[in-house]
Amino acid sequence: MSTKPELVKLIDTTLCTACRGCQVACKQWNEMPGLRTKQVGTYQNPPDLQWNTWTLIRFQEHVDKATGKFQWIFRKDGCMHCTDAACVKVCPSGALYHTPMNTVGISRDKCIGCKECVAACPFDVPRHDAKTDKVYKCDLCYNRISQSHPPSCVKSCITGALSIGDKDAMIKKAYARVKQLGGDANVYGDKFVDGTHVIYVLQFKPEVYDELPVNPKVPLSVIVWKDLLKPLSLLAAGGVLGGAFFHYMIHGPKTPNEGTGAEEKKGGE
Amino acid sequence: MNISRRGFLKVSGAVGGGVALSTLGFNLSPARAYADELNKMNRIKIAKQSTTICCYCSCGCGLICSTDKATNKIINIEGDSDHPINEGALCAKGSGFFQMTEANEHRLRKVLYRAPGGDKWEEKDWEWALPRMARLIKDTRDKNFIKRNAKGELVNRCEAIGHYGSSNVDNEECWLITTVARTLGVVYMDHQARVCHSPSVGALAESFGRGSMTNHYIDMKNADVILIMGSNMAENHPMAFRWVTRAKEKGAKVIHVDPRYTRTSACCDFHVPLRSGTDIAFLGGMIKYIIDEKKYFKDYVLNYTHASFIVSGDYSFKDGLFSGYDAKKRKYNKDTWAYEYDAGGIPKRDMSLTHPRSVFQLMRMHYSRYTLDKVSSITGVSKENLLKVYEAYSATGVPDKAGTECYALGWTQHTVGVENIRAMTIVQMLLGNIGIAGGGINAMRGEPNVQGSTDHAILYHILPGYLKTPSASQDTLEEYLTKYTPVSKDPMSANYYSNYPKFMVSLLKSWFDKAATKENDFCYSWLPKLDDGKHYSTMHMFDKMYEGKIKGFFCIGADNAVSSPNAGKVRKGLEKLDWLIGENIFDNETYQFWRAPGVDTKNIKTEVFLLPASASMEKEGSISNSGRWVQWKEKACDGPDQCIPVGEIEIKIMQAVKDLYAKEGGVHPEPILNLYWDYLDKDGHFSATKTAQRINGVFLEDTVIEDKAKGTKTEFKKGQLVPGFGNLQADGKTACGNWCISGSYTADGINKMKSRGKEDPTGLGLFPNWSYAWPVGRRILYNRCSVDLKGKPYDPKRNILEWKGDKWVGDVPDGPWPPQAEKGGKYPFIMQRDGLGAIFGQGMADGPFPEHYEPLEGPLTKNPMSGQLINPAIEIFGSDMDKIERASEKFPYVITTYSCTEHWCSGALTRWQSWLLEAQPEQYIEMSDVLAKEKSIKNGERVKVRSVRGAVTAVAMVTQRLKPFTIEGKTVHQVGMPFNYGWLFPKDTKDDTTNFLTPTVGCANTFCPEYKAFMVNVEKL
Repeated sequence: MSTKPELVKLIDTTLCTACRGCQVACKQWNEMPGLRTKQVGTYQNPPDLQWNTWTLIRFQEHVDKATGKFQWIFRKDGCMHCTDAACVKVCPSGALYHTPMNTVGISRDKCIGCKECVAACPFDVPRHDAKTDKVYKCDLCYNRISQSHPPSCVKSCITGALSIGDKDAMIKKAYARVKQLGGDANVYGDKFVDGTHVIYVLQFKPEVYDELPVNPKVPLSVIVWKDLLKPLSLLAAGGVLGGAFFHYMIHGPKTPNEGTGAEEKKGGE
Repeated sequence: MNISRRGFLKVSGAVGGGVALSTLGFNLSPARAYADELNKMNRIKIAKQSTTICCYCSCGCGLICSTDKATNKIINIEGDSDHPINEGALCAKGSGFFQMTEANEHRLRKVLYRAPGGDKWEEKDWEWALPRMARLIKDTRDKNFIKRNAKGELVNRCEAIGHYGSSNVDNEECWLITTVARTLGVVYMDHQARVCHSPSVGALAESFGRGSMTNHYIDMKNADVILIMGSNMAENHPMAFRWVTRAKEKGAKVIHVDPRYTRTSACCDFHVPLRSGTDIAFLGGMIKYIIDEKKYFKDYVLNYTHASFIVSGDYSFKDGLFSGYDAKKRKYNKDTWAYEYDAGGIPKRDMSLTHPRSVFQLMRMHYSRYTLDKVSSITGVSKENLLKVYEAYSATGVPDKAGTECYALGWTQHTVGVENIRAMTIVQMLLGNIGIAGGGINAMRGEPNVQGSTDHAILYHILPGYLKTPSASQDTLEEYLTKYTPVSKDPMSANYYSNYPKFMVSLLKSWFDKAATKENDFCYSWLPKLDDGKHYSTMHMFDKMYEGKIKGFFCIGADNAVSSPNAGKVRKGLEKLDWLIGENIFDNETYQFWRAPGVDTKNIKTEVFLLPASASMEKEGSISNSGRWVQWKEKACDGPDQCIPVGEIEIKIMQAVKDLYAKEGGVHPEPILNLYWDYLDKDGHFSATKTAQRINGVFLEDTVIEDKAKGTKTEFKKGQLVPGFGNLQADGKTACGNWCISGSYTADGINKMKSRGKEDPTGLGLFPNWSYAWPVGRRILYNRCSVDLKGKPYDPKRNILEWKGDKWVGDVPDGPWPPQAEKGGKYPFIMQRDGLGAIFGQGMADGPFPEHYEPLEGPLTKNPMSGQLINPAIEIFGSDMDKIERASEKFPYVITTYSCTEHWCSGALTRWQSWLLEAQPEQYIEMSDVLAKEKSIKNGERVKVRSVRGAVTAVAMVTQRLKPFTIEGKTVHQVGMPFNYGWLFPKDTKDDTTNFLTPTVGCANTFCPEYKAFMVNVEKL
């Protein structure tokens, strides 16, 4: 266990051509269906992550305020595989778990559809499908990486925008690239939630990007409940019910987006 | 070798590419394995692995199919990590390849038939369909056969049968198609190459001698400057961008010039927008800049091009017209576009380049009119941006810099398609960028095998191997060969086409075998002949169909009702057919024209056969990518149910026709009855191998080949394969279906197309042992231009070829002869009569120098360059459905049309695939926020787009990526639409094809339609 491998996937947004090979390769490998979508005036489709869409290229038209320079920004979105993973913390059934590589795996058989993870994720990643009553998200192709094959998305990537490897090497690579790019370029992911196992090289400051939290945190409620109160509550039995009650007290009656394809919240430009 | 290679695939993991992770040195054996999660990998590990090549764009990416051995069904498809072009990566379409397998519920599985007046498909089988189709083909042919034309010349053709497609089938199938069509006497035969890259062949062959991409995809990594103009490369040739990115990482500058800011623009150093249809003005300005600023590579221009040749004193150019124009015929007499020769028949040259009639000075004069002000006003590009591009690109006009140009349909699909490309060939010759690593003109072709389907000539105007289709006036083989075998008296010119008779006779022998003898002109007279000066291209075919003159139509792997220009006219034409035979893997709008919106199916008398074909991974055979790599595909599994390969369909249809003629006789039965037709394997199925060997060439008799230069004699036995086109004979001793591909097998029968050697000795990405590259395994064409007169590389860093005193080392040299300055040396452009690069295009229909003309339908009433508004040499189609409205308030916006990454061409393959359709679900029109505001159109609202020919609905995509242009002082808006959609599927939208809008007009030289520039209006719905 002393040489436990820790993998990091690097997404260099400055190399992405938005060909969406990764978006489709993910569906191919994971056998997820394509659903009917609508054209609403953007290349971004599906409009957001969905139960059947674990990774997605976000298209965003951006004009730099200082220089007036126009850039069409492409960002691959998906699970960040946090070290301090809120979803793993809240999952009452053990469906979400840390793999030996410290990525966040998901066992669909164990999922009870409680949607706790949906509410807890600071990156808004897990998606619930009403039909199967299960939650879905990227597991970094656990069945591939555990057998030394790159995840489907990484393998498909045309330009090398996606790469995967040892955590330290990847972080080093990311910083070297940022240095080469200069300007506002920055590394995103290594500094919060104890470090994510998916990190970005961003050309612009994080606040420029759609749907990318500037300072993602495990929600306070999760920390309070899972790290402090959960042990007590379990002692008092009825942990899941207690959890749901506490969830209600903290969040109010928030309903996570249901996976019904086109009705999901709009994204894009 | 083969076994270990196959073993490697199995061992290194079905899905390949374990490398990335395993090299980290981890032992990743799962500590906590969930059985269900590992199932897929385990299933793949024990599956059968086969390699295939992607069937969309022309990058030629490798894939691995995993087929479950128990069910014989494909369970996974992903990139082939060993493949040097994609190294395991794939774009959206490639990644979704699995949805073309039978797992897709929409795949055709049975023979479908629609009876006259019928309103539905009926399921049939081959036994029923084959005799019925043969009967219709024979009756139509016999009834309408034209033995002699109006002038009384023997033409042996049938104009009543049309044939279209396909660049989406394998080489061996293409060759069978071309063979079937010509045997039947079809002249209206064409395919996607016409509407895609026909101008590339016209332009590149005129300038350099061969009509293909000069370099290849991987080579783009070697460039210092990459000009992407006429292409949306990151979207439409996604894997090419892998190599652009590599170049960029090494510091290359990447420039995109295009009407729209696209995914390509987003990934380039800078994007320069220009108005659709003004590329020659832009490039003319660049030629002027290069000459004025002396940026040209003088030694190269002097020694390797026609720049020093002297042009006839009768040649002239005035106000947009070259000498010899006949306004009535809209044609040029090109007699004055001639060189002066000395008494010995050798071209006169002025090596000082100062003679006023030297090609160089005429070129300088011609482009002196393309001033920055003028070019800016025409193109809408600011002078600052013009200079930015001109400076950056012309910096490659030195020996140690390489500039490449990448284009696709953005240049070809214009009334000046050939001349757009010709303009760039001039730029590249001036800068010394042809024949070098990291240079060249990369004509990125649009379909997976359009290089192959062009080589095999599913085209009216050529025969396999770019031999010319005989014309009515060429009554005998001798007349034909005299006309097309060029003669050069210059001992320095290799003039390789002097071997033309060997290629032609071997082709005739491949078709008619024993029946073809010297005494009967090798059956030359059996071939269908074209009337002199007449054309039979896609647009001509649909024009004729609209007139009701075409009765039967083969549509293979195509969707003309969506993809052909002026689709309203095309669909009306289809309604007049007696029969239609379709071959495809999915249904489409062409096969179902009889129940298109607004069509009264009861009144349509057409019998329609839709034949289910095997998909590309369900059959063996080769396809040729844009870089001329002929790659062999393995068969992963059988096609579902009644599906068989297109090759087998062709063989069976033709056999049924042959049987009918044998039984009943008929009109001009000789070519049909005597056609060599032995391409089935022992089980009665299509044999790609047998066909490929016939294409490669075979000795029909024991033959001794003498090489006088080497002093050797080699003996070949009857039945042995021809090891290369240098061995072909003009006396009937060899049969060869396509001389270009001859050499794809060794004499001992080893199939070089299967080669998977990964060696890269130069480090420049030539991969000489991967697949077969025509000609002769050469990876970079005209590579003898990369060295100086003594054979030393101009740029030692990019050493692809070097003369070592007695031999060439590096790439396969473009011609075995020593370099120019050595004894016995030859000029480097060996396919050119005069051996040099042609700046002055004597063979062009619309002028020896590219000249700016406005599109047929444009925003201007006057051409700022001259008194000729439009290209004076284009053919104007005159049917009642061929309306044109230029510079009209009714249609004020310039439009261009295109494809997106997620769909492919008409969408006839990709719309049926849910992963791709999900990403690009329906028809859209891209417009600037400025125009949208003017028209009160909001992003995502539905709009109607109209041209004078038709209207379509679409969703408005309002974007900052398009900007209005200032043209001749006025604001001109540009919009753009994909042509990926049609009414049949998806079923929940009524949007139909963008091609209702496009005009029937095309390039003056090759009739590639002008999809890229015409006029529309847009209104909110």
